[in-house]
Amino acid sequence: MTDMAGRMAAARRQTGFYDRLRVNKNWQGLWFMAPAAVILLLFLAYPLGKGVWLSFTDAKIGRSGEFIGLENYEWLGWPWWSDKDGVFWLSVFNTIVYTVVASAVKFAVGLYLALLLNEKIPFKALVRSVVLIPFVVPTVLSAIAFWWIYDSQFSIISWSLKNLGLIDQNINFLGDPNNARMSLIFANIWRGVPFIAITLLAGLQTVSPSLYEAATLDGATKWQIFRNITFPLLTPIIAVVMTFSVLFTFTDFQLVWALTRGGPVNATHLMATLSYQRAILAGNLGEGAAIATAMVPFLLLAIMVSWFGLQRRQWQQGGNDD
Amino acid sequence: MASVDIHDVRKAYGSTQVVHGVNIGINDGEFVILVGPSGCGKSTLLRMIAGLENITGGEIRIGDRVVNDVPPKERDIAMVFQNYALYPHMTVSENMAFSMKLRGASKQEIEQRVSKAAGILGLGNLLDRYPRQLSGGQRQRVAMGRAIVRDPQVFLFDEPLSNLDAKLRVQMRTEIKELHQRLKTTTVYVTHDQIEAMTMADKIVVMHDGIVEQMGAPLELYDRPANLFVAGFIGSPAMNLMKGRIKDGRFESDKGGSFPIGAVPHGSEGRAVTYGIRPEHIHLAADGLKAEVVVVEPTGSETQVVAKVGGQELVCVFRERITAKPGETLGIAPDASLVHLFDGETGKRLG
Ligand SMILES: Nc1ncnc2c1ncn2[C@@H]1O[C@H](COP(=O)(O)OP(=O)(O)O)[C@@H](O)[C@H]1O
Ligand SMILES: [Mg+2]
Repeated sequence: MTDMAGRMAAARRQTGFYDRLRVNKNWQGLWFMAPAAVILLLFLAYPLGKGVWLSFTDAKIGRSGEFIGLENYEWLGWPWWSDKDGVFWLSVFNTIVYTVVASAVKFAVGLYLALLLNEKIPFKALVRSVVLIPFVVPTVLSAIAFWWIYDSQFSIISWSLKNLGLIDQNINFLGDPNNARMSLIFANIWRGVPFIAITLLAGLQTVSPSLYEAATLDGATKWQIFRNITFPLLTPIIAVVMTFSVLFTFTDFQLVWALTRGGPVNATHLMATLSYQRAILAGNLGEGAAIATAMVPFLLLAIMVSWFGLQRRQWQQGGNDD
Repeated sequence: MASVDIHDVRKAYGSTQVVHGVNIGINDGEFVILVGPSGCGKSTLLRMIAGLENITGGEIRIGDRVVNDVPPKERDIAMVFQNYALYPHMTVSENMAFSMKLRGASKQEIEQRVSKAAGILGLGNLLDRYPRQLSGGQRQRVAMGRAIVRDPQVFLFDEPLSNLDAKLRVQMRTEIKELHQRLKTTTVYVTHDQIEAMTMADKIVVMHDGIVEQMGAPLELYDRPANLFVAGFIGSPAMNLMKGRIKDGRFESDKGGSFPIGAVPHGSEGRAVTYGIRPEHIHLAADGLKAEVVVVEPTGSETQVVAKVGGQELVCVFRERITAKPGETLGIAPDASLVHLFDGETGKRLG
C-alpha cells in the first residue's frame, strides 16, 4: 500500500520534471542553438585549437611534429629584445600601421561619402551604384588592376604625371618600401570605403528629418547639427562597422599577396602573409602557426574595444521613438 | 511677441501648386488655428512661417520684418512637431537646454530657464530621463518645454495632439490653452480636428485645397458659415445639408419633404438652394414633420437620432431621452430661425 503510493508519487514527480523541461525556454533555446554550435565547433574552434597546438610543435608539411614548447615563438623573436632576424616584428609593425592608417582613412572617407549621398544631389542612384563598384569587384581582380596601375614601367599614374610634366621618371610604386606600403594602404582603402559608406548611409537614413528641422529651428549651424545630432545618433552603427573594418583589415591577405608578396625585402609583409609564407611555402607549419596564433591577442583586443563601444547606450533603452 | 502677416502667399512643388494665395492676419498674442482636411496645405503654410519651406510667392511678416529670406534660426520662432522630434540621445533637460547652449547662454541662465519651464509643465522629476523612457503625453510636454525655454516671438504647433489617446488629448487641449493664457505668446496651431479648433482658438482659419474658405472667431464660424464647405466642416455631428428649391416661403427638398425657413431672402422664390440645419437645432414637436426613426444612439446627456424625412436621412440631437424604436414615427421641427441657406450653384451663404 505505502509502496504503491510511493511509486505513484515518483511518477508524478517525473512527469512534472519532463513537462517543465518541455516548456522551459532555456531548454528550447539550447536545441535551437545546437546546430549552429556544432558547425562553429567543427569549422572554427577545432581549426583554431589545432593551429594553436601546431604552434607548439615542429610540424613540417608532410611530417607531423613533436611538441617543442615555446621554441617556435623564441625562434620568431620572443621576447623581442633577444630578436635575431626581426622579420616577425617588422610584420607586426606593418600590420598595425596598415590597419590603423587604412581604417582611419576609410572611416573618414566613408563618413564623408555617406553624408554626401544623404544630401539631395543630382543622379543620386547612379552615384550610389558607382560608389559600390570597388566592393563588387573580386579582390584578386582589383589587385590585378592595381598591379597595372602600380607597374614600374606601364603605370598610368606615372604616365599621366610625366605627360603633365610633373615628374620625369617613373614612380617606383612597389619597389620602394615606403611607396609599397602606401600603395597597398591606398588599394585597401579603395576596396574598403564602399562598405563603410553604404552602411553609414543606411544609418543616416534612420535619423528622422524632423530632428534636423528641430535643430535648425533651435539655431544650430550645419556643423553643429552634425556634431550634436547626426554623429551621436550614428555612434552605434559606427561601432559595428569599424569593428568589422578593423578585423578585416588586420587579417587582410589577398591584396598584399597579389600585389607584393610581402616584398620588397619583407617591407610589406603582414602577419597573415608572413604566416602563409613560412607555413605553406617554406613548409614550416609550426612556425607559421605561431605567427597566426600571435594575431589572436590583437584581435581579442580589437573585439574588446568594440564590445564596450557596442553596448547599448542608455538612451537606446526603453520603448520606441514615437 | 509679435504679429504675423501672411499676404497672398503661394507655394508650388515643381509645377504643382498646393497653396494658392493665402491672406491671414494674426494679431500680437492671438491663438490662431489653421484647420482643414488632410492635404489642404496647413503644414506647408506653417512650415513656410517657420522657414523650413521656401515661399514661392507672396510675403510673410513677423512683427515689422518681412521674413521671406530670413533663415529659420533668425526668425525667433519655436515649433512643436507632430512626432515631437525630441533628440533621443539627450535627456529631457538637455533637450530643453539645447537651443540656449548653442546660443552660448550661461550655465546659470540655462538652469534657471529649464527649471522654470519644467515647473510650468510639471516635468520637474523627469529631467534626467531620456525620451524613450517617457510616455506619449510626457514627450508632448517636453516638446512644449523645448519651445517655452526659447521664449520666442511665435509658437508654431503642427498637429501636436494627434499621436495621443482621446482622453489625454482632451487634457492636453486644456493645458495648451492655459499655457497660452499664461504666456500670451502669439501662437499658430495646425490641426485637422475641428473640435480642437473650436475649443482652443481665438480665431479659426478654415482651409481647403490650398485656399482659405473662412476666417473668424469659433462661434462666428458656427453661427454664420460662409459657404457649404465650412458649414459641413465645422460642428459635430455635421450639419444636415439638402439640395432643393424655395417655394412659397418654404424649402422643397429634391428628395421630397418641405421644411420651414425663417427669413426668406428677397426675390429668391423658385431659386435652387442648399438647405442646412444643425442636428442640435432640430426639436421634438408632436405637430411637426413626420420622421421615421432609423437609428437611436443615446450618449446619456443627449440622444442622437437618425431619422428619415421624405427621401433623406437627417441627423438630430435631442436633449430628451427617446424611447422610440427604429421604424416608429417621431414628430420633429427644425428651428426655422437657425436655418442656413446656400446658393445652389456657388455654395455661398445667402442672407
Ligand atoms: N515635398 C513635397 N513635394 C510635393 N508635394 C508635397 C510636398 N509636401 C507636401 N506636398 C503636397 O502638398 C499638399 C499639402 O500638404 P500638407 O501641407 O502637408 O497638408 P496638411 O494640410 O495635411 O498638413 C499635399 O497635397 C501634399 O501632397
Ligand atoms: Mg500636416
